[in-house]
Amino acid sequence: MLKVTPFHPRTAALSQGQAWRRWAGHTVLSSYELYHDREYSAIRNAAAMIDVSPLYKYAIAGADAERLLDRVLPRDMTKAKLHQVMYTPWCDAAGKVIDDGTVSRLDDQQFRLTAADPNLRWLHHNAVGMDVTIEDVSDSIAAVSLQGPTSRDILKGIAEADLDTLRFFRLTHASIQGIPATISRTGYTGDLGYEIWVDAGRAVELWDRLIDGGEAYGITPAGILALDIARIEAGLLMIEVDYVSAHHALIEAQTSSPYELGLGWTVKLEKGPFVGQAALAQEKHRGPAWQFRGIEVDWESLEQLYAEVGLPPKIPTVAWRTSAPIYVQGVQVGYATSGCWSPLLKKYIAMAHLESRYARLGTPVHMEVTVEHRRKEAMAQVAKLPFLDLERRRA
Amino acid sequence: MATRSMSSYDAIVIGGGHNGLVAAAYLAKAGKRVLVLERRHVVGGAAVSEEVFPGFTFSVFSYVVSLLRPEIIRDLELPRHGLQILPLESTLTPLPNGDYFAAWADHDQARQELYRHSPKDAEAYDEFGRLMHHMAMAVKPIIGMVPPDPTSLSPKDLLGLGRLGRHFHGLGDDKFCALFKLMTMSSADFLEEWFECEPLKATKSASGIIGTFLGPRSPGTAYVLLHHYMGEIDGAFRAWGFAKGGTGGISEAIASAARTFGAEIRTEAEVSQVIVKNGRASGVALADGTELKAKVVVSALDPNLTFLKLLDPHELPDDLVKGVRQFKFRGSSGKVNLALSELPDFTCMPGRGPHLRGAISISPSIDYLERAYDDAKYGEFSRQPYMDVIIPSMIDPHMAPPGKHVMSCFVQYAPYQLNGGWNDAKREAFGDTVVDTLAKFAPNLKSAIIHRQVLTPKDMEDMVGLTEGNIFQGELALQQLFFLRPLPQWAKYRTPVRRFYQCGAGTHPGGGIMGASGRLAAVEILRDW
Ligand SMILES: Cc1cc2nc3c(=O)[nH]c(=O)nc-3n(C[C@H](O)[C@H](O)[C@H](O)COP(=O)(O)OP(=O)(O)OC[C@H]3O[C@@H](n4cnc5c(N)ncnc54)[C@H](O)[C@@H]3O)c2cc1C
Repeated sequence: MLKVTPFHPRTAALSQGQAWRRWAGHTVLSSYELYHDREYSAIRNAAAMIDVSPLYKYAIAGADAERLLDRVLPRDMTKAKLHQVMYTPWCDAAGKVIDDGTVSRLDDQQFRLTAADPNLRWLHHNAVGMDVTIEDVSDSIAAVSLQGPTSRDILKGIAEADLDTLRFFRLTHASIQGIPATISRTGYTGDLGYEIWVDAGRAVELWDRLIDGGEAYGITPAGILALDIARIEAGLLMIEVDYVSAHHALIEAQTSSPYELGLGWTVKLEKGPFVGQAALAQEKHRGPAWQFRGIEVDWESLEQLYAEVGLPPKIPTVAWRTSAPIYVQGVQVGYATSGCWSPLLKKYIAMAHLESRYARLGTPVHMEVTVEHRRKEAMAQVAKLPFLDLERRRA
Repeated sequence: MATRSMSSYDAIVIGGGHNGLVAAAYLAKAGKRVLVLERRHVVGGAAVSEEVFPGFTFSVFSYVVSLLRPEIIRDLELPRHGLQILPLESTLTPLPNGDYFAAWADHDQARQELYRHSPKDAEAYDEFGRLMHHMAMAVKPIIGMVPPDPTSLSPKDLLGLGRLGRHFHGLGDDKFCALFKLMTMSSADFLEEWFECEPLKATKSASGIIGTFLGPRSPGTAYVLLHHYMGEIDGAFRAWGFAKGGTGGISEAIASAARTFGAEIRTEAEVSQVIVKNGRASGVALADGTELKAKVVVSALDPNLTFLKLLDPHELPDDLVKGVRQFKFRGSSGKVNLALSELPDFTCMPGRGPHLRGAISISPSIDYLERAYDDAKYGEFSRQPYMDVIIPSMIDPHMAPPGKHVMSCFVQYAPYQLNGGWNDAKREAFGDTVVDTLAKFAPNLKSAIIHRQVLTPKDMEDMVGLTEGNIFQGELALQQLFFLRPLPQWAKYRTPVRRFYQCGAGTHPGGGIMGASGRLAAVEILRDW
């Protein structure tokens, strides 16, 4: 048996189609309803409630906690204010991305790092000689992500916390009708949203409070399929889909630097020494070989390809996670790693690795599509990431 | 500003309904200086959202969107301007015997439910769906084309007709016959060839009677069934459902796009007349006496207002005036908008469930619908009306205060020509009938009503200028479609007055929130420029 999350008694009861999938050794739902459409809509129109407990979570504490994180992360941790959350990748010595996640400063000497992969061993390796404790709290902390335009109203109704002043990428400690919680204004959707962290033992209670308080605001439990569309619209990367962890790559060509993933903004070369610094400085100077960009498929071109076989255009209703070659004048210049029909933007979008010289915004390219078993090339163009930049996310 | 309003425009669009706005946006996008003049204080026409009661926002008239043209969404970048379409997936038909018939979005679920009513129908359903897919594919190109004039010998018309001929010829005999049946049969007869489940037939056939003064057994109603499937072909675009903020959200998005392209939109600006000199439009006169000049004038109003009100009928050919007078409006629909303190609780499916996020159709049988029509035939509103109900606040929580709800009831039949005419008492009686009918299926409804807005066809005429309250600016009956809409020879957005065009739902391809009339008109206007 794989592990289940602390919300399992509630999520399992709501599952209509038993559409379970794996996430970090846990079973979670792909969608609660038979089709994920409405769960996605809740993210953009009301509030979706997503069980994100499978994330790896590390409590890092001690006099050298800041020092350790500053050493392993490319971001400048000395600048992390109390209750600030930072999104960050981290790299190996060659400057290739191992993982990405968020780091929160809970207190002066206390941090929480979230990760997609286990990182305990690696953190310990880097902590040699430091006054720091690293605890894997993955199982003891439950997390639920509340995302969407009504998420704030819902929390205001049930949480004792000043949510009006809680800024984007900040956290606050709160009591949710008696349940001690940490609420961070973070998420994986590009929308207004919060992540709520509680003791795993209180998870079910929290779920019930949210459902009760959220009913009038359209709260909707949502699974990974809905989340996947939202995160592509928001241009957010997924490990092992959009990049291969440097710890898993079998050949060098599989690895990527932060610069190649559009994460150059997280790399603070001028700060104190950190893992990968020298290699990253060199790469910055040289210029990265690849860029990570958006692709917008030209709908009329796709329609034409389908019309040739007498069909209306058909694209997967779920986000895809396979590799699709990108061409310029018949020569492959990159590959898309995730894509979907964006219900909000009404566009067929994808995220792709492109050789730097073909990465200029607006560059006309072709993306491979399969139309009735035959490989075809649909016209497309290079677009800015994120596809979606909602004001309410930060406002 | 004052000097600007004195100056002249490239184009003035009369009427800020969604088609007028689409035409304006395309003209402005082509670099023209465009002014839209709307009589009301809001744009949108029949696609409008208003906070009728404090905190409660209604899609006052139209309430779902299915056929909004994807090319318009793309060309005008409507998502960037706030267009958001939310899923509306199921249809629940409560039955008088306490049971229900539900059409769920999920194929297996839908089949199981149909199987419960008729195992045979459950199998026929897929086959029927396939046929309708082919039919819709066959007819769909027509929506996007300017109708050729079959009486004309111009090369363009001949080419268009030829292409159309080949298109239909290419269908093959079977499909051509099916299409012919669809064009000529009643929706009841057509569906009877396939199904036996009464609520299924009735609920489906209802789409054939919406906006017409016809019953499910009237010939010609089968064709409109296709519209539903056309929407489904575009399903990948997900342009089917409920517009966030109500249907006014669509109009607002189009208006925002139009403004971005430079169009000016004025509300509370009623046009009384098109100024015509030497057979050529040169501007408009507003009700307040202001005159505005423009190179081109475009009317987004219905054919009656466009030809007989904005123009002096003496300036028009007699046969055209006669044709407009014969054009069938005869509105037959009413709308009841309710503000609710709690959700309706349906006896057949108690509690808060997914059915409340879909449509609820009061259409238990073909007989029920036909009887509803019988009342209307003789000048009364239906004692037991057909209804298509949705609860927008269940889809978009912003439509009502938290915990409260709005409910939209589209009702047929409410004939424009009511015996004795419409008045306040009749309106209230009609509202009562609607509530009583629904309350039979959801008994808590009456006590849940906080406010109610009842709209008769007469109200629709007075509020939005829909002649006789026809929701489509003229019936979508076969004799009023394609190159016959609104009139033979005047189906290509032009009029006998040079530089005066039409772009409302009264032109091809007709009513519904499609925007196609507005776009095709703009294309033709630019062609003449
Ligand atoms: C009750 C009802 C329910 C409906 N339900 C649906 C539905 O669910 N789905 C769907 O797709 N369609 C529905 N429809 C049909 C659809 O709404 C219409 O076909 C469509 O909105 C027509 O748009 P239009 O721009 O062509 O014309 P209109 O919306 O009629 O716009 C005409 C505009 O001109 C303005 N005007 C009138 N006279 C003047 C003047 N003298 N000067 C200046 N301005 C003037 C009016 O105020 C109005 O804004 C419904 C319609 C009604 C009435």
